[in-house]
Amino acid sequence: MTVSVNGEPRELPAGASVSAVLDVLDLEPRRRGIAVAVDGEVIPRAEWGAFPVTDGARVEVLNAIQGG
Amino acid sequence: MSGPPVSAEAAPVPAATAAPLRIAGRELASRLILGTGGFTRLETLAAAIEVSGAELVTVALRRIDPAARGSLIDVLDGAGVDVLPNTAGCFTARDAVRTARLAREAFATDWIKLEVIGDEHTLLPDAPELLLAAEELVDEGFVVLPYTNDDPVLARRLEDVGCAVVMPLGSPIGSGQGIANPGNLQLIVEHAGVPVVLDAGIGTASDAVLAMELGCDAVLVASAISRSADPVTMARSIRLAVEAGALARAAGRIPRRTYARASTPREGMPELAGSGSHPDA
Repeated sequence: MTVSVNGEPRELPAGASVSAVLDVLDLEPRRRGIAVAVDGEVIPRAEWGAFPVTDGARVEVLNAIQGG
Repeated sequence: MSGPPVSAEAAPVPAATAAPLRIAGRELASRLILGTGGFTRLETLAAAIEVSGAELVTVALRRIDPAARGSLIDVLDGAGVDVLPNTAGCFTARDAVRTARLAREAFATDWIKLEVIGDEHTLLPDAPELLLAAEELVDEGFVVLPYTNDDPVLARRLEDVGCAVVMPLGSPIGSGQGIANPGNLQLIVEHAGVPVVLDAGIGTASDAVLAMELGCDAVLVASAISRSADPVTMARSIRLAVEAGALARAAGRIPRRTYARASTPREGMPELAGSGSHPDA
């Protein structure tokens, strides 16, 4: 299936979880200061391992930058 | 005068300003909130944080860049400061609320600096959307610190919906124009039942002094420090300015007068002029 990750199309196996998306980005999931939204809704960290991403979903993976 | 000479590096001025700043039950000894935007190096940011004495610093939330060097969060953790996430870049209440929820998840804090922008060139707040977002976030249990216009009525409305502070602008973000409308700021301070934090517009130390003299409880400064030629020195300058302004406010300035009021008594003046030389003679 194809999933949009931070605006870039990514190929993932069907039924992949949010954690699988973080793996694709080579991110350490325990790293602090990361938030994930799927189709605009926040996915709490505790649910990343189980939350299934569906075909065509828009996944946003965010972290802290300087600002304000 | 008596007492030992005071060195320029003397300890911070003891707070004649009574109680520490209190926001949503949390005490902050520093009345300077530092914005992290605009620092070109994380090392400079870390040094500026230390010199500023700030306990609370803002951050934004953006798409992760796996190639980015250095971790902002690690720097902030190392500095021992708390993070105040913002909703910068949001133009609607809906986007701001979603960003706030993401920030709560990312940083494990209920505190949010709420920005809802209405115009990309002036970055001025969008009042109706701001109020809508503030109400929603308060309902969701956030401690809301809204960046707002220098509008006393809007400030009151934000307080009414449960914001923890109000943060009126002095002038547009990053403009360095200082406090464009001191009269409005004074009205906001006079009627506010929550702390007033001047947010945006400060260009240099004197602007921060004025904000505190007008009765603000704190100032939030980013660009004036981060984009100055020497951010670490400017951080120290603004820190001292905030302290100076708070002390002046607590001490109570003299009223402005049209005419002079002699500080030396006239009584006891000697008669020194010779006869015939007096201008009235």
